[in-house]
Amino acid sequence: MTKKTGKQTIIFNNPPHILSYVAVGGKEEAKGPLGKHFDTIFPDPYLGEASWEKAECKLQYSAVKTLLEKSNYLPQDIDIMFGGDLINQCTSSYFAARDLQIPLYGIYGACSTMAEALHLGCMAIEGDFAENIIAVTSSHFCSSEKQFRFPLEYGGQRPPTSQWTVTASGAVLVTKETGDIIIDKITTGKIVDKGITDANNMGAAMAPAAADTIKTHFEDTKLDYDYYDLIVTGDLGKLGKTLLDRLLKEEGIDLSERLDDCGCMIYNIDKQDKHCGGSGCGCSASVLASYILPMVKEEKFKKVLFVPTGALMSPLTCKQGESIAGVAHAVSITKREEN
Amino acid sequence: MNDEQYSKIVNNYAPSSPLFTDMLKAFFAGGILCLLGEFFRSFLISADFSVTTASTWVSIMVIIIAQILSGFGIYEKAAKYAGAGFSVPISGFANSVVSPAIEYHTEGLILGLGAKLFTIAGPVIVYGITSSVAAGIIYYIGGLLK
Repeated sequence: MTKKTGKQTIIFNNPPHILSYVAVGGKEEAKGPLGKHFDTIFPDPYLGEASWEKAECKLQYSAVKTLLEKSNYLPQDIDIMFGGDLINQCTSSYFAARDLQIPLYGIYGACSTMAEALHLGCMAIEGDFAENIIAVTSSHFCSSEKQFRFPLEYGGQRPPTSQWTVTASGAVLVTKETGDIIIDKITTGKIVDKGITDANNMGAAMAPAAADTIKTHFEDTKLDYDYYDLIVTGDLGKLGKTLLDRLLKEEGIDLSERLDDCGCMIYNIDKQDKHCGGSGCGCSASVLASYILPMVKEEKFKKVLFVPTGALMSPLTCKQGESIAGVAHAVSITKREEN
Repeated sequence: MNDEQYSKIVNNYAPSSPLFTDMLKAFFAGGILCLLGEFFRSFLISADFSVTTASTWVSIMVIIIAQILSGFGIYEKAAKYAGAGFSVPISGFANSVVSPAIEYHTEGLILGLGAKLFTIAGPVIVYGITSSVAAGIIYYIGGLLK
């Protein structure tokens, strides 16, 4: 039986199970509404390391390490790990895995990376290429500021449309074994570029991609719009979330009541002065692991469409005036029905 | 929806900077900074420094204070509220040199600190010198025509 449905969606015959999940974060994330749900909080932004880059490695390493401990798995039990981050050449993920000795693919999809990791992992499991996989991503405010924007101590002002890169890492263990939560469908996103060139307005650059993937997901699966209890996008932020709602309504799809966004959920945006909200590939990963998956497990939400979005660009392409390419991948997460 | 239509929608929804309050804050913050400089300069002049020497000392003091405050991460916090009031004066220039020095010291003294020191201030120096040369030439030609 063919697993591909419609244009871009795969429905798994034997849906992979999510066995356990871990979210680790920094001080700012601890102050947010989800702070109490994180497994570990690191108040020191350096995490005791000598550089921001090393700090991010440790963040990701500790997420995987805690995940293995939590699920009573050894590194050798994991067939493949899919890791990603925002730093050039994915060094945070590769260096974090130096001591783990788990076969690894380093991947990049900007803030959509967690979905990319889950997609690839689930396909590996469904295709019998792996029994247990780990999907992990991280981002660190300081290492991202250094690479993409200005030195931290530089006294500048951020525009109101900007987002704050989350200091966090999220790791999920997906297996063939029986868990409480399953991933039954995925929709791979296309690049959607609406000509936004402002790197301080990534929500606007990514919203059209999210709209496209969500619309395609419903077209491919022929599901009703009220099928999911929650449709949660990666990190569009406040502005991007509003734009997504507007774009979907233009297509005749009204999901307003079910839409939320990880970038809006992770911080008390106004109180913490985070402008349009959080971003970075640790954002959707940590919101998934700290809030969405526990909520599905407790059946607060039975069916969730998790749609991390990525703004694909580099400081170089932005300076050359290139527009920002958006991408969004959808992961359908549901509570396993008892047989 | 084409790119142009989308761009219009984005502009409609995008929160804009509060220009009036931003300008007001910049005016007062920059003004207070200059006022402090003036106090210090008057004090030096009253202590028998020449006007030129006193002015130079004021610039040096402002730079040193801005550098120290940058090192403690205080300048950045103040500049977030003061905006142009703290980035346009010479203190902002000092901050723009100190901040890369702190950020890139992990890449070593030469390829990190040395190479990145003027990443923000560099363009100001380049175009500042270029325009002063241009102004000098115009001034010179103007003098010849007198």
